[in-house]
Amino acid sequence: MGKVYGRTVTDFAAEALALALSDAGLERSDLDGLLINANHSPEMAPALQFSLGLQDLSLVCAMNAFGSTAGAMLQYAAYAIADGQASAVACVYADAPLADGKRASQSAYNGKRTVAGGLAGLRVAYGDYGPANSMYALALRRHMHLYGTTHDQLGTIAVGQREWARMNPRAQMREPITLEDYHASRWVVEPLHLLDCCLVSNGAVAVIVTSAERARDLRQPPVYLRGFGQCAPGDPARAERDPAVHTGAGPAGRRALAQAGIELADVDLLELYDCYTYTVLVTLEDYGYCAKGEGGAFVADGKLGPGGELPCNTGGGQLSSYYMWGFTPLSEGVLQARGQAGERQVAKHDHVLVSGNGGVLNFHSTTILSPLAG
Amino acid sequence: MSAPVSTKPVPVPDAASAPFFAGALAGRLMLLRCPDCGTFQSPTAYLGVPVRPRCLRCFAAPLEWAASSGQATLYSFVVMHQLYDEAFAAEIPYNIAVVETEEGVRLTSQVVDCARGELEIGMELEVVFEQLGDDVAIPKFRPRR
Repeated sequence: MGKVYGRTVTDFAAEALALALSDAGLERSDLDGLLINANHSPEMAPALQFSLGLQDLSLVCAMNAFGSTAGAMLQYAAYAIADGQASAVACVYADAPLADGKRASQSAYNGKRTVAGGLAGLRVAYGDYGPANSMYALALRRHMHLYGTTHDQLGTIAVGQREWARMNPRAQMREPITLEDYHASRWVVEPLHLLDCCLVSNGAVAVIVTSAERARDLRQPPVYLRGFGQCAPGDPARAERDPAVHTGAGPAGRRALAQAGIELADVDLLELYDCYTYTVLVTLEDYGYCAKGEGGAFVADGKLGPGGELPCNTGGGQLSSYYMWGFTPLSEGVLQARGQAGERQVAKHDHVLVSGNGGVLNFHSTTILSPLAG
Repeated sequence: MSAPVSTKPVPVPDAASAPFFAGALAGRLMLLRCPDCGTFQSPTAYLGVPVRPRCLRCFAAPLEWAASSGQATLYSFVVMHQLYDEAFAAEIPYNIAVVETEEGVRLTSQVVDCARGELEIGMELEVVFEQLGDDVAIPKFRPRR
């Protein structure tokens, strides 16, 4: 995971799958489902099945709702299993945008001068390169304007997550940072500092979903999928809405908590999608941890960091550990729910809330994980 | 507005966007309007997806092109500090803006004739057109005069 060069996306996916099978004590022949998180890589497509050597699957799909895909994959895998259409489904994310000797900003994601035909060509004509950065920066600027959110508050999120990452052997960034470092980090797109932004990573994660009954006989303590929710609010250009500051986290979170039969107060720790510090802040607001606009004040006391009252992104998140879309919060959530997170293990981990966010705050998924069958 | 030929990337109009770019050359900001419910809407949901096939409100088709008043307010803005393309080297740092037109339509663009420190969400703007070469002009916005 991270700056690992010279390997194909398919190779990363295959290694993650081999590790997941070994971890679970399953054989490849036990799998009858494969969900592939389609992303920037053309290799994350249905034909990945062939390279993974999987045969006679009853469920296969490359699916994509950007950063919210992981939660959706778990949901569809669970439904297929509950319905008897599959018995063990592998969910896989892999990517290799980094090349040796090149900066993250020169990765496969950004900085292309390609002039798209038609109106899409306006984007580069305006100099709007790396548009994910600029679109999130636009959203953040609006939140700052409406509610007075400050860089000190956002920086607290970045610093807290780095503290968590220091305890994560898999994390790409393990050097401690201070609020001063945060402020001193260069602008990527103002108002986003470099340390507001996620990493770029090569690597893969695989998660296997099976029935509760079968999981009890496998090698690891089961993690139960207790609740799911998705929400995609829709067209961001509709002026009657303000999707920059009102995301789908609200409805998705309520659905997932209701299905799990718990309240927000029952959640012991959070693994929140963090493409940017702002994503964490606005997600907390929309889940109802504080009123709209009060996210900055809510996080300012460091409650999300190690030793805080609301542990969040305990592996360092995508800001400090690795960028695997929704599989970053999911993989850390599974480790925490199992009680296998080592030095950074949160003592009470009965209910773990995992979020996924995709597009520019356009797609949201919420998953409740628990070591308790419920 | 006359300007030297730009070395910046120049959009290439296609059939679907031709009315937008023809309008821009003639000094008009073209939006889409629903023939049934009259709702104005942005030509695309964001820059990168095709022109809207149907009305976002009532799903009527086809939508018709109609000129905006060109009056807008600043919805949000950012400042680009990272250089991705040498053509923009002289302009860094420059802004990217989302404006909301009088018709209630959000568009990605840039604010010109405005110092960085003067940019403020909610400020009143009006459309101007920047000529890129002989055949293409693109809409930008400046503080309302």
